Amino acid sequence: MNGNYTEKWYMKSGNEGDVVISTRIRLARNLRSYPFPNRMSQPQRQQCDEKIRDALLNGNSALANHFEYLGTNDMSEAEIISLVERHLISPEFARQTDGKLLLMDDESVSIMLNEEDHIRLQVMRPGLDLDGAYETADKIDTLLDEQLPYAFDDKLGYLTQCPTNLGTGMRASVMLHLPALQEKGIIPQLANTVSKLGLTIRGLYGEGSEPKGSIYQLSNQVTLGISEKAAITNLMGITKQVIAQERSYRENMKNDIRTVDAICRSYGILSTARILSGDEFMRLISNVRLGVAMGIIEDINLDTISWLLISAQAGMITAKEGHSLDAAQRDIKRASLVRNTIKS
Amino acid sequence: MLCEHCGKNQANTHVKRVINGKVYEAMLCPECAAKMGFGSLTGTLNLGSLLGSTFTEAFKDAMLPMSDQIVCPECGATFNDIAQDGKVGCAKCYEIFYDRLLPSLQRIHGKTNHTGKLPRSAGIQAKQRNELDRLREDLAKAIEAQEYEKAAQIRDNIRELEKKEGE
Ligand SMILES: [Zn+2]
Ligand SMILES: [Zn+2]
Repeated sequence: MNGNYTEKWYMKSGNEGDVVISTRIRLARNLRSYPFPNRMSQPQRQQCDEKIRDALLNGNSALANHFEYLGTNDMSEAEIISLVERHLISPEFARQTDGKLLLMDDESVSIMLNEEDHIRLQVMRPGLDLDGAYETADKIDTLLDEQLPYAFDDKLGYLTQCPTNLGTGMRASVMLHLPALQEKGIIPQLANTVSKLGLTIRGLYGEGSEPKGSIYQLSNQVTLGISEKAAITNLMGITKQVIAQERSYRENMKNDIRTVDAICRSYGILSTARILSGDEFMRLISNVRLGVAMGIIEDINLDTISWLLISAQAGMITAKEGHSLDAAQRDIKRASLVRNTIKS
Repeated sequence: MLCEHCGKNQANTHVKRVINGKVYEAMLCPECAAKMGFGSLTGTLNLGSLLGSTFTEAFKDAMLPMSDQIVCPECGATFNDIAQDGKVGCAKCYEIFYDRLLPSLQRIHGKTNHTGKLPRSAGIQAKQRNELDRLREDLAKAIEAQEYEKAAQIRDNIRELEKKEGE
């Protein structure tokens, strides 16, 4: 399943790549003819999985050739975790027994079947590209709608297992690298502001007020009574403001020799270390990403960093190795992967 | 409501912690929640479960005694089932329990009427409503571009649709 033939979406950085790592659109859909996943029997689940699979793969769309139907039962634990690390499935789905998904060859589109809803369609794009990601999601959704009777109510919109997704069923998010705002302690204030505007911001990796890698996810919270277009415009507007704020703080940091020193030291360690834990990697790669974005480090580019951010995660390293590794072995593999990537 | 910790900011984060087997719950503002290691900034509570618990909270008042239960004919869920885990049983549940779900939907989303994309299965009224929204947008654009003839045409179309909707 890790065929190297098609270039993956995360091998590139995109628009506003200095701050925005990626964009995601997720649509929740359900079929009228089955209860929601929590109340499904095993035979119903299997039937429903196959119905959705056939709707996509047997539909007469050119897209069908680019999708593969996968089951987590046929994967090793590391392979399943690596799907979470590539943002293709949720951690909840990873814990499910025999979860089925439809995956596009460049991994920019994945459809989880019978996770919280019958259909969880998501489209990923590098950088800031809400319109592009939505356009693709919309197209695939329309394709499925032609084959499958969706659960829909004129007043409540697309019906979902959790009422928080009613209406459009759409969650749009941008993944932001905010080291400067985090350093200045601005994030809690920002969280407060965006919550009043119908958005939410949270750390992507780990707990506490300083999530690993200073990577945050900004998403729309409200789905009922606001159209997809309006929700995306709203998120776009606020994202642009956050980008401007992050950039202005970075501008001030440029003249601080301590910041520049920390960035260059981080680069030194990443390019020479023989052992790298996951936490240390995230801390250093965040500094290096900032350095590249600020023009302090010129030897590598944001594309390489986007790729490393995913490829150096524990599940990815183990899955590539093809057999289980203990933490110490994994840290050695991670260091050599990072070192060789930076050198080349 | 105001944050139960600082009493100053708007609370929008429901937190729950189990200490010595006792469950403590509170509504906090994002700042206090973050300070206490909870909240929208932490990875421990994802958005779904966060909203899910708010949803469940909102429903506690609406729960009914067991004797007074309506059961969804399609999936067998009762309203208490839904209130307990914040998950609805099936599409039919939304019809059966519509009146009782409504106040919470209002609290979660601020609105209770869908606008946006429609599937094939949408009713004729929803389709007309969408068509009207689209025409009104076109009208605004035509007026802005000073294409008055086109605008007049669109206005006629809107009137016609509005008449149909009124029927
Ligand atoms: Zn507070
Ligand atoms: Zn039901």
